[in-house]
Amino acid sequence: MIAAPLLEIAVLVLGMLILLLEAFAAKIDKRLLAFAAITGLVIVLLASFFVARSPSLSDAAGFWSFYTADRLSIFFKQFALVTTIFVQIMMIDYAPVLRSSFAGSTSQAGLGEFVALPLFTCAGLMYLVSAIDFVFIFVSLELVTVSFYVLISFTRRNPLTLEAGMKYLVLSALSTAFLVYGIAWIFGATGQTNLYRLTQALANPATDSGAALLGIVFVLVALGFKVAAVPFQIWVPDVYQGAPTPVTAYLSVGSKAAGFIVLIRVLQPFMNLPQTQPLIFVMALLTLIYGNLAALPQTNLKRLLAYSSIAHAGYLLIGVVCFDVRAVAFYLVAYLLMTLLSFAVLIIVAQQTGDEISDFDGLAKRSPFLAFAMLIGMVSLAGVPFTAGFLGKFYIFYAAVWQRQIALIVVGVITVGCGFYYYLKVVRAMYWQLGDKTDAIGVNALSRVAISTLVLATIWLGIYPQPILDALRR
Amino acid sequence: MVLFVIFCPIVAAASVMLGAPARKTALAASILTFAAALFLFASSEYGQADFQHVTSFPISPEWRLSFTTGIDGLSVVMVLLAAIVTLAAVWFAGAIERYENAFYACLLLISGGAIGAFASIDLFFFYAFHELALIPTFLLIGIWGSGNRVAAAWKITIYLAIGSFILLLGLILLYQSFPLGSRSFDIRVLRTAASMGQITADAQRHVYLLLLIGFGILISLFPFHTWAPEAYAAAPAPAAMLHAGVLKKIGLYGLLRLAVPMLPEGARYWTTLLVVLLLGNIIYVGLVTVAQKRLDWMLGYSSVMHMGYIFLGIASFSVLGLTGAVVLIFAHGLSIALLFGVAGELRGRTGTLAFDELGGLARVMPFAGLAFGFGVFAAIGLPGFANFAGEIMIFFGAFRNGWEMGRFHIFQIATVLALWGVVISTLYMLRAYRKTFMGNIREQWEKLPDLRPALRVPVTLLVTALLCYGFFPQSLVPLVTPMFRSYLSTEKSHIPNMQSYSHGAVRRPYAVRLNQENAPQGRGYSIR
Repeated sequence: MIAAPLLEIAVLVLGMLILLLEAFAAKIDKRLLAFAAITGLVIVLLASFFVARSPSLSDAAGFWSFYTADRLSIFFKQFALVTTIFVQIMMIDYAPVLRSSFAGSTSQAGLGEFVALPLFTCAGLMYLVSAIDFVFIFVSLELVTVSFYVLISFTRRNPLTLEAGMKYLVLSALSTAFLVYGIAWIFGATGQTNLYRLTQALANPATDSGAALLGIVFVLVALGFKVAAVPFQIWVPDVYQGAPTPVTAYLSVGSKAAGFIVLIRVLQPFMNLPQTQPLIFVMALLTLIYGNLAALPQTNLKRLLAYSSIAHAGYLLIGVVCFDVRAVAFYLVAYLLMTLLSFAVLIIVAQQTGDEISDFDGLAKRSPFLAFAMLIGMVSLAGVPFTAGFLGKFYIFYAAVWQRQIALIVVGVITVGCGFYYYLKVVRAMYWQLGDKTDAIGVNALSRVAISTLVLATIWLGIYPQPILDALRR
Repeated sequence: MVLFVIFCPIVAAASVMLGAPARKTALAASILTFAAALFLFASSEYGQADFQHVTSFPISPEWRLSFTTGIDGLSVVMVLLAAIVTLAAVWFAGAIERYENAFYACLLLISGGAIGAFASIDLFFFYAFHELALIPTFLLIGIWGSGNRVAAAWKITIYLAIGSFILLLGLILLYQSFPLGSRSFDIRVLRTAASMGQITADAQRHVYLLLLIGFGILISLFPFHTWAPEAYAAAPAPAAMLHAGVLKKIGLYGLLRLAVPMLPEGARYWTTLLVVLLLGNIIYVGLVTVAQKRLDWMLGYSSVMHMGYIFLGIASFSVLGLTGAVVLIFAHGLSIALLFGVAGELRGRTGTLAFDELGGLARVMPFAGLAFGFGVFAAIGLPGFANFAGEIMIFFGAFRNGWEMGRFHIFQIATVLALWGVVISTLYMLRAYRKTFMGNIREQWEKLPDLRPALRVPVTLLVTALLCYGFFPQSLVPLVTPMFRSYLSTEKSHIPNMQSYSHGAVRRPYAVRLNQENAPQGRGYSIR
């Protein structure tokens, strides 16, 4: 058995090693660094299945009072590791684009840092899902955010990327300020930062729950920014479109999953207050409507995926309103698979033609493999049975029907209809439209394996979800 | 055997996608499926209300979800229908210009999905297979359609996607409205629990309405029918055959399988609404059909209209009416497939289906005229075709509902109006036949070739099945009556105060009367 914090330490050490190699071994092929990172992450992933449980929350002390290794956190550590592995694979495909941004220097300039930075993000995500103390949540969230500042504006010669980096920096700093301010209010009202002791403090009638509620509203603003919930979603389309595509994928999966897991942990003590649920209810409703309606007219696939990520935040928020942790977690897993799948195909196709939807015209002729993978990704995002996306929606709506959230259900059904429209637009482009180019698109072996894995996993989870549900049982 | 029937088309679809010769594989798979379905049909026991050939693979014990398949009398009729129409559709398809493999894979997927839905005992997989069957139709219309194909494909996609999500909500609500102990995805368990009165009347009303709308959109119940004619007009002929012939029937099957046995109180509550809507199907859509100027639109509307009769049988909630609905489902599936098949061949030759530009085609295409004529007469409900058997059972079943001397009940009014629907359908069907095949032929059509000789096989198959069950409906009837009888009788014995029901089926021992008065003296028919 391994102590849980060793996993994060291993990832951090791996990241530093790669930075050192990048600095001192200048002659090697930099793609080797990516392979080394992937190998290291796979080893950590395997190790994460043999982690010793932490003491229970009530008698945790010292380190364990702000760090937990419960089932949920281990599961999401694995989630973060898997995401990072796939993002690294995409980065290898993305290397040629990166080169164009570092003109004048060697052909592989920048690739080393590009590979190393996600490892620090990954460590941050892994700390974040284990954090049960507001201070620790803040620190690990900053570790994630700071590494994203660099990653988003990595291809710095592209003005769109710079714009994206700037927007993310300003708005993210603002949301951090909200988070700190909220934590201060909560601490002031209850005298606690540990979430478990906070529950007890809030149950105490002497506590000023009004002040604590004000605090949680500020915290919700900050977390709403992370998960891209309306009305804190303004940054999403521009940043998603401008950022290097693997980073966009990472942002939309890793950042969102961590945001939701923190949201659930943070909300747990506050769910007893009657005002909390309506707050999230309103957020969910707005997010569903805005994300889906705004996605309808999009013509750029990256932008479409940005709005779709807002839309999926809406479905996830339905799960948060019903406070069904397993439904949210399963949806996140499904979302991971189908989003990474779509981005993996997008990266390869975008290098050949571009990232407009019309650039996908006739893809079925040029590369049946990529077109089929994209088809699975899109129908899963839309929620077609026998894909993971459908079961995710199924569990979410199951919880909503159970709690009789009529308004959310009605809006949800309509937005699912919208979803079919805009996701199938991509399918239409690939299969119905005829493109100008007809030359085949090559896919390297590693990407082929990664994409096939994602396709198979999407279908497999859509038919046999029990392993994930078992892993999530507490 | 049931698994073979489901997965034969799906495996064939996969192998076609992987590069097997498209048409040959599809044809072989559909012939095998047809043979297996015929075997199941022949070997199913009459008078048996339970599922047979049951196989089960547990998926999620926690949710009591398992992949369970099996057939009973109702399923086997539907599976046979699906197998026959698939074979005919694949045979009619012929050579396809672009993406031939994908085209045949889509056809086979529809078939596999539909058969899977008919043979699933598990609620979840029923829904999932039904969706699996729907998806390829969007592609078929979008890629290989004609006319305004893209708009039609979008319309049907959005309509049916919303419909199936409403259906999904209804199914979730149905699952949740059972108490924890009897909550299961197994339809048999649910049905037993329902017959013990474990769903409250309130829940039944909500679930029934959701199911009615969810399935209703797929069945093209008035006023949710507007996607249908446009989609059928744009769809390639085999897709229209499968969609109108088989896919729509999944909705009807779902109502018969879920709503009728489990939600009698919900059905009673919404009867008036349903009767009004189905009259909208028969009368309003019927009149709209008369006004059509193109053959494909006319056929699309007529298939919407005929759904009204089947709804009348379901709404009547009597053994006779429900049985008639099943017979008509079977018959309508075959006849509309025949009509769409021939119409597709005509469009392939002439490039237009507007009545003004056609005429006299029977002279150059005698075989097509004959085949289409059979379809027309079947659709009208001429005695001798299975449609007639179904319609007459529905009319009798509906008319006797709530019959009291001196009082006129809504069902009597509905039946009388529905009978006028027969006149309407005669009007538009014969007019279409006259304008297409009779009269003076235009010069440009004088060189048109007749249907290729190979098409005699599917046409003969469809016509034979129609005539066969038209003359001997008793080979279908005893397969389904025991089930409906047990549905209606358990309801009677478990729900107190049955006098409050307005339906004759509940109030009187209908089953016995059916046996004495209407029972055809076929094989295996036992009087209980």
